[in-house]
Amino acid sequence: MKRVKRRYLALQLDSDGLPSGKEFINAIWGAVTKLYGEHGASQTSLALIDYDLEKKTAVLRTTLATLNLVRASLAAITLVAGNEAAVHVTAVSGTIKALHEKTR
Amino acid sequence: MQGCGVVAVKRFFADLHLRLNVKDAAATLRVLSKAAELGYGLVGVSLAAETRADEISRLRGVCGEVGLDFVSRVDLRPRGQDDLMRQLRRLRRRFEVVCVSCESKAVARQAAKDRRVDLLSFPLLDFRRRFFDRAEAALACSGLAGLEVDVKPLLVLEGPARVRLLSWLRREVAVARSFGVPVVVSSGVSAELLLRKPREMVALGFLFGLDEVSALDAVSQSPVALVTRNREKLSGGFVAPGIRVVKEGKDC
Repeated sequence: MKRVKRRYLALQLDSDGLPSGKEFINAIWGAVTKLYGEHGASQTSLALIDYDLEKKTAVLRTTLATLNLVRASLAAITLVAGNEAAVHVTAVSGTIKALHEKTR
Repeated sequence: MQGCGVVAVKRFFADLHLRLNVKDAAATLRVLSKAAELGYGLVGVSLAAETRADEISRLRGVCGEVGLDFVSRVDLRPRGQDDLMRQLRRLRRRFEVVCVSCESKAVARQAAKDRRVDLLSFPLLDFRRRFFDRAEAALACSGLAGLEVDVKPLLVLEGPARVRLLSWLRREVAVARSFGVPVVVSSGVSAELLLRKPREMVALGFLFGLDEVSALDAVSQSPVALVTRNREKLSGGFVAPGIRVVKEGKDC
């Protein structure tokens, strides 16, 4: 079986509110499902690896094959936990270590 | 990189369509600062036709302070072909970018073939009045007009309305690409939270059928080329494309 290549995305949340990690990942799942449907969302293997409420930063994992799909969905987010918001991708990498080096 | 014979060229990103309330200086500064922070180098601000030259130079100054190159832009909504010609005669030399909102087929056809028009835009939700078909694209490719796609409706619409819009955009972008008409992806937003990074605009471009290179061109090369061409035309020494006065006087 072919190994699935993963990509880690460093995210910056731009919002007046302070959403919890669960609200944040729900907003991402909602955006992916709205744009690509449940079948598309099931292919992304999304996982929230890290979420810093104070800095409003997060690390998200997905597969390389669905990276563009996830990027488009993140760009389409306008609300997180009922507050107007934007989610910006600050870096993309194949390993968490390299991602932290890029964002440092 | 240079050692391998390949030179990496950093792209210069542009957003030609910001809708700002220029009378609200604080909000204007906030949006422009955000655009600079997100990585844009050039922004076009949609202005009313009656905007005074001193207001334009004030905005240019604000953009300069935050590190942006300012482009003045006017959006024309003519009632008919004659009205379009009248407005173009009056406004072409006052603004660096002229966009025509085509609300009838006659206006769309005239705008596409007129070389003074830079961008064509179509009603977002009235799909029967989106006239960008093969005939329109053929006229636009012989003129200089490009097709403008605003991403704001993709962000604010949901459900069937967004599905229909995506379907139309996909069709129009395919027609534009097959005729070599430049596609320009702009934000069309007035609020800073709706601004997206250039790479995010590229990702939204995938939704309506742009590949990575075309989507990158739509937020960098195409708008920048359009502005460069127009600035050259509006400069004092311009005679014709490729011909400019470099020196005047008896010693020439």
